[in-house]
Amino acid sequence: MGPLALVEAAVKKPVFGCQMCGQCVLHSTGLTCPMNCPKTLRNGPCGGVRPDGTCEVKPEMRCVWLKAVERSRRLPWSEEIHDIRPPVDNRLWDTSSWRNYLTKRDKQRPPGWYVEA
Amino acid sequence: MSRLEEAIAEGRFVVTAELLTIDAGGLDAVRERFEPFEPWVDAVNATDNTSAHAHASPVAVAIALKQLGVEPVMQLVCRDRNRLALEADIAGAALHGIENLCCLTGDDVTAGDEPEARRVFDLDSSQLIATAAAMARGHYLSGRKIDPAPHLFIGAVENPAAPPFDYRVERALEKVRAGARFFQLQVCFHRELLERFIAEAVASGLADKAALIPSICLVRSPRSLRFIDEHVPGISVPPEMIERCEHASDSEAECFELGCELAEHARSLPGIAGLHLISFRREAGIARLCTRLAIPTRAERETRGYRSPVAV
Repeated sequence: MGPLALVEAAVKKPVFGCQMCGQCVLHSTGLTCPMNCPKTLRNGPCGGVRPDGTCEVKPEMRCVWLKAVERSRRLPWSEEIHDIRPPVDNRLWDTSSWRNYLTKRDKQRPPGWYVEA
Repeated sequence: MSRLEEAIAEGRFVVTAELLTIDAGGLDAVRERFEPFEPWVDAVNATDNTSAHAHASPVAVAIALKQLGVEPVMQLVCRDRNRLALEADIAGAALHGIENLCCLTGDDVTAGDEPEARRVFDLDSSQLIATAAAMARGHYLSGRKIDPAPHLFIGAVENPAAPPFDYRVERALEKVRAGARFFQLQVCFHRELLERFIAEAVASGLADKAALIPSICLVRSPRSLRFIDEHVPGISVPPEMIERCEHASDSEAECFELGCELAEHARSLPGIAGLHLISFRREAGIARLCTRLAIPTRAERETRGYRSPVAV
């Protein structure tokens, strides 16, 4: 990891459980990191959420997406939860999402990617 | 245009069913599994390693179904393949004329008999839908051309019985934006949750944008109900339903009754496009259920234009 990525990890790991995917979407997911979902889902909860709201894979954990949806409803930009986030660019792991944001590297999409607005 | 797509486009009531998993036995084994209910179904689902257990692949089974004259719905889950492999399977199936896809997340590897396997989830279900939609527009995710573009009829799954309940219809709408045109809903033993989902789907316009097909699961014993409740991710069975079947003098008959009641209830909901039927082990149950509910056969529906018998 580069120095900036190290600083980012030091700040975001304790607060958000950041996994350093390098393409941060916290803003649109109710400030809840979707990479903590065992299936690393970026677009909402799977169908395996248990009736009590815990995770299919880790029954001791509350579903990440349940938290994301609840928290996003309280944010002024709550509509962003419905953004359809593109597939993870696996080249960006362990790089600084701050840098990728400023350089717009995190805005690069696969050329064939398109979803209705 | 696939038969399923045509039936949905024309507003005819559709029936789909799930093919039991298959590991061996050649085409005869495939035929054996759909023969009892074949007269009723518009299409049959070729599942993709259900409950994270390895079986014959959905591509192979979908091709087999096609060869045997049955229209397949090829399921694809995100658990076992990365985006390259998923795109390859969609293109490969399309080469054989397979148009109906059902894209879902998939149970986790921990639900299966090889929990030590690596889980993939390179794409999630919405991304998989969008990827299939891109291919139907004539290119891979990379932008590389597919010429001619395959015609695809893309579907998805949503679970009315999994929290967060107030988000499930919104999530389905996201999948519609990604390219989904039909939903085979997860089996739901809770009438009130299915009702809520369908009512919200109608109110939000989801029911107009995509065909909603609730799933009904037939079992033979209360033990199976308990197994589903405890071991199948995303499906819970109300304890009173299990007890009712346990206490019945003929528990097998009672389980069938329960399935018929749930199917009748689902069919009565305004806004649904058809039913998806799943039977563990006893495929003849599906035919019996269709007869019991007086669902006309596919040929009859096609000639008479049968719709859901509910006045909306």
